[in-house]
Amino acid sequence: MMPTYSEKVMDHFNNPRNLGDIENADGVGKAGNPVCGDIMNLYIKVEDNRIAEAKFKTFGCGAAIATSSMVTEMVKGKTIEEALIISNRAVAEALDGLPPIKMHCSVLAEEALRSAIDDYFKRKKK
Amino acid sequence: MRRIYLDHAATTAVHPEVVQAMLPYFNERFGNASTLYSYGQEARDAIEEARSNIALFVGAKKPQEIVFTSGGTESDNFAICGVAWANQKKGNHIITSSIEHHAVLNTCKFLERMGFKVTYLPVDGYGLVDPQDVKKAITDKTLLISIMHANNEVGTIEPIAEVGRIAREKGIYFHTDAVQSLGHIPVDVDELQVDLLSASAHKLYGPKGIGLLYVRKGTKIEPLLHGGDQENRRRASTENIAGIVGFGKACELAGRDMEGEGRRLSFLRDKLINGILGKIQFSQLNGHPTGRLPGNVNVSVKYVEGESILLKLNAKGICASSGSACTSSILEASHVLTAMGVPPDVAHSSLRFTFGRENTEGDVDFVLEVLPDIVKGLRLMSPLYQEKGES
Repeated sequence: MMPTYSEKVMDHFNNPRNLGDIENADGVGKAGNPVCGDIMNLYIKVEDNRIAEAKFKTFGCGAAIATSSMVTEMVKGKTIEEALIISNRAVAEALDGLPPIKMHCSVLAEEALRSAIDDYFKRKKK
Repeated sequence: MRRIYLDHAATTAVHPEVVQAMLPYFNERFGNASTLYSYGQEARDAIEEARSNIALFVGAKKPQEIVFTSGGTESDNFAICGVAWANQKKGNHIITSSIEHHAVLNTCKFLERMGFKVTYLPVDGYGLVDPQDVKKAITDKTLLISIMHANNEVGTIEPIAEVGRIAREKGIYFHTDAVQSLGHIPVDVDELQVDLLSASAHKLYGPKGIGLLYVRKGTKIEPLLHGGDQENRRRASTENIAGIVGFGKACELAGRDMEGEGRRLSFLRDKLINGILGKIQFSQLNGHPTGRLPGNVNVSVKYVEGESILLKLNAKGICASSGSACTSSILEASHVLTAMGVPPDVAHSSLRFTFGRENTEGDVDFVLEVLPDIVKGLRLMSPLYQEKGES
């Protein structure tokens, strides 16, 4: 059974923004696991408390790739505090919605982002 | 855009000759087969002719051993519940395998909730059930064994005749789900030594909404549907005459074409398998290398997820399927691949291509032309591929 995706999801799936990784990233976030079939890696570069750059690598379905792409677009230029309040719903809405069974992909995007910011804080303390 | 349909295990296009055979039964010979005037008799004759032809096709001794149903799912439900309910004095134990279609597995789970006991046998890495495991699982309470003839995902053909021999020795009813095999490889109820066999027309170029259950004479079975006297009181409901006629015609055509088509599809299958394994690094075949359905290709392309490949293939006009969780409503990888010991991430990377009568060698070439680039592109996105070191 294939879900029906919005045009925006297909656009981000076919033309993913910010694909790749960042050497010397200030924060690396990971979410998902092989059992559920989605693994998301998110990399951020922070300058003056602002996310200057965000990139991703994702193993997953169309929705997983599209939400990864969208979340990197959404966090770029935001302060850490602004980035922390980006919710999975906001990511899904920015993609003109996701099929109900794919909402977990947006949760994954939120988790990957939080995990990247956590990692940034940890590195900063050191 | 050219569309290439490679999902014949899901369903097939109705053969033009089948459509022609069915057409009169929608409006000219539309009668209810239970009536005694001429319209009813025409309908009755058409049903009985189809029943006789299909009985012959599956090696049944008597046409009455064929009961028409609404499809494979109903046939599986009918066989398993029907035999379980009718033989409760004999016991309460059912043996099946862990790679059955959900029509069998979920029916068994339903019966478990009603108090029956079910053993789900494991399979080996090719998806094969070991007949010795069946033998060992039998208890004095076992009333039914149900093992599929050929698996719908990986195409592995099970040793049904051997299981049948064991079941017969022990006097236990034996059902096989032959939904994927009928019309594609020889099916003979005596050679397979089965008491019950499920099949569905739309998997062999017949219409959807019509199936059958072969019930060997003397088998004690309760009906699922209660009402009129149709199908020898085993399945109430006004007969789907156009569907039955179409199923009969589909079996006739399968009998005529199966041998040649089997050879042709096996060639396409092997060419695609060898092409994928040769052109795409980190790919593997799922299922048995030789003991598989003629039209079935199931491969895993590691480090990329199945649904994302399907979306890219669809954009090129290629229609295929996957055992990835993302193509189902539950978020687990295929129960079949999992039972075969395929790790979850590899199961999520599985692709199924199933060939049919309208496919050509050109279709195989086209898939082999576009698939490697699709995989390459998606692997660039994949953190798993990165971890692999792109070696």
